[in-house]
Amino acid sequence: MVKIRSSEITPEQVYLSRRKFMKGIGAIALGSLALSACGSLATPDTQPTSTAGPDSFLAQPTAHANATADKLTSLDDITHYNNYYEFSQLKDPVADLAQHFKTRPWSVEVGGLVNNPKTYDIDAMLKRFPQQERVYRLRCVEGWSMVIPWTGFPLAALLKEADPTSRAKYVRFESIMSPQQMPGQQDNYFKWPYIEGLRLDEAMNDLTLMVTGLYGKPLPNQDGAPLRVAVPWKYGFKSAKAIVKIDLVEEQPVSLWMNAAPDEYGFYSNVNPERPHPRWSQTTERRIGEAGRIKTIKFNGYADEVAHLYDGMDLIANY
Amino acid sequence: MEAVRVQDRARLNPRFTPLQLLAHIGAWIPLFVLLWDASHHQLTANPILEATHRTGTTALVLLVFSLACTPLNVLFGFRQAIKLRRPLGVYGLMYIGVHLFIFAVLDYGLDLDMIRDTVVEQRFVLVGLASFLMLLPLGVTSTRGWMKRLGKRWIKLHRLVYLAVPLAVVHYVWLVKADIRVPLQYGAVVAILLFLRIPRVRHFFSSLRYRLAPRFDSNLARPSKV
Ligand code: HEM
Repeated sequence: MVKIRSSEITPEQVYLSRRKFMKGIGAIALGSLALSACGSLATPDTQPTSTAGPDSFLAQPTAHANATADKLTSLDDITHYNNYYEFSQLKDPVADLAQHFKTRPWSVEVGGLVNNPKTYDIDAMLKRFPQQERVYRLRCVEGWSMVIPWTGFPLAALLKEADPTSRAKYVRFESIMSPQQMPGQQDNYFKWPYIEGLRLDEAMNDLTLMVTGLYGKPLPNQDGAPLRVAVPWKYGFKSAKAIVKIDLVEEQPVSLWMNAAPDEYGFYSNVNPERPHPRWSQTTERRIGEAGRIKTIKFNGYADEVAHLYDGMDLIANY
Repeated sequence: MEAVRVQDRARLNPRFTPLQLLAHIGAWIPLFVLLWDASHHQLTANPILEATHRTGTTALVLLVFSLACTPLNVLFGFRQAIKLRRPLGVYGLMYIGVHLFIFAVLDYGLDLDMIRDTVVEQRFVLVGLASFLMLLPLGVTSTRGWMKRLGKRWIKLHRLVYLAVPLAVVHYVWLVKADIRVPLQYGAVVAILLFLRIPRVRHFFSSLRYRLAPRFDSNLARPSKV
């Protein structure tokens, strides 16, 4: 069905050990892998391989988390600690509430200021754009973070196909509006649907990933299935979930959060310890699954890839 | 005469009334549930934050209950409530103690520089701390001995709670992401409970109650000025 699905189901443990192996940690890792991974799959050769294959992320050395410092967050945590206000303002009930959310049929409308507007069926989209695996840090504005192995394709590939006109300056994401399925949307406190946006050059940056999978499997509903974006150098809320519409526009889009609290949530929302937030410390963060706090790094550690986008810009004023 | 009888009963039978028992047991339950869930890894993926939220909420609820005792007596002649005022307040302070312990020790690992930065940077932490620093002396002086030693000043000192609890509500309003409806509901309840303490309001309600049910209400002395 979905192209990215591994030929066999990849348990998290195997996935982890496969990554370890591919990182070439060597004999010691291999030994421990044989002990720790599930018995019959003890040798790497017999392990199921994902269609994305190892090359895709080894070829992206800067795109994934620093392997020595960052441990992958467990699948259980990634799928049971979800900021997804369409379902609930609480994080742990989202997994259950999203269980029956319908992700098929699903179409994504790409339009606005483009020469080739097109409505994609999600499955056609998955076939059209080669999927790759990327491990990204995710830093929530609430002061916690995860390290997540996503599967997806660069937004740039999609935008190139849409061919933005010269007037296009921003990309605007619109998420699904479905109050019958999403109890949080029955509450009008927030102005649904969820809107987010990026400047065109941010959207074209290779780091900006359209996400369709997690841990080598199709994206779970609670994490934004069937299609979300991951913008790892920005706070998590910039990465809209359950996207149905991608428009190229001339004016800076007004996001749901800019609407709800304009002086707290700006358009850029780059991870930036230098810009304090009234509610949460932005100088440190709590890594989910680990004890204690770690220092938050500007651009969430992706400065090499994205700092140039903001040359000469005051990132305190343009928060 | 009634008062004498009640005192005698208390002396003869120092055990708790069912309501007091309920309050004491009820106040410990959230702590045990917290410890149980913590030891069974049931505090979400972000256990420190979850524990912070739970202890904060419990503290606030207990303080609101404690503040409700006097109005319950004034409005409904529910005199048993007065006995709960102190234990509920002290339990509230206990949960704030746990809340602060989680914050300073578990979350910030007693890193004083980091804690100082957070207190300065996050206004909600600052008002939470202010609230705690006001409630602490009230907890310390909540014993009979301190009550005697301080005499009239005890009452004055304990009026600090009228400032400390609203500050805790401000703490809550300032820390939620955008939807401040829940903290505002707490704020509304606290506002009503404080409003009922304004002498004229209080007097109005007690005389009203006296007029409505003078014969059945043995708790109530006739208001001096009607
Ligand atoms: C001693 C100083 C205090 C500190 C350092 C402190 C710190 C915190 C922190 C870090 C949070 C979590 C914020 C977040 O969501 O990221 C919090 C939440 C909370 N605190 Fe405090 N606090 C203090 C005092 C108090 C007091 C005195 C009360 C009430 C009596 C209180 C009640 C609450 C409540 C109700 C919450 C939110 C619970 C929820 O969202 O469910 N705190 N506090």
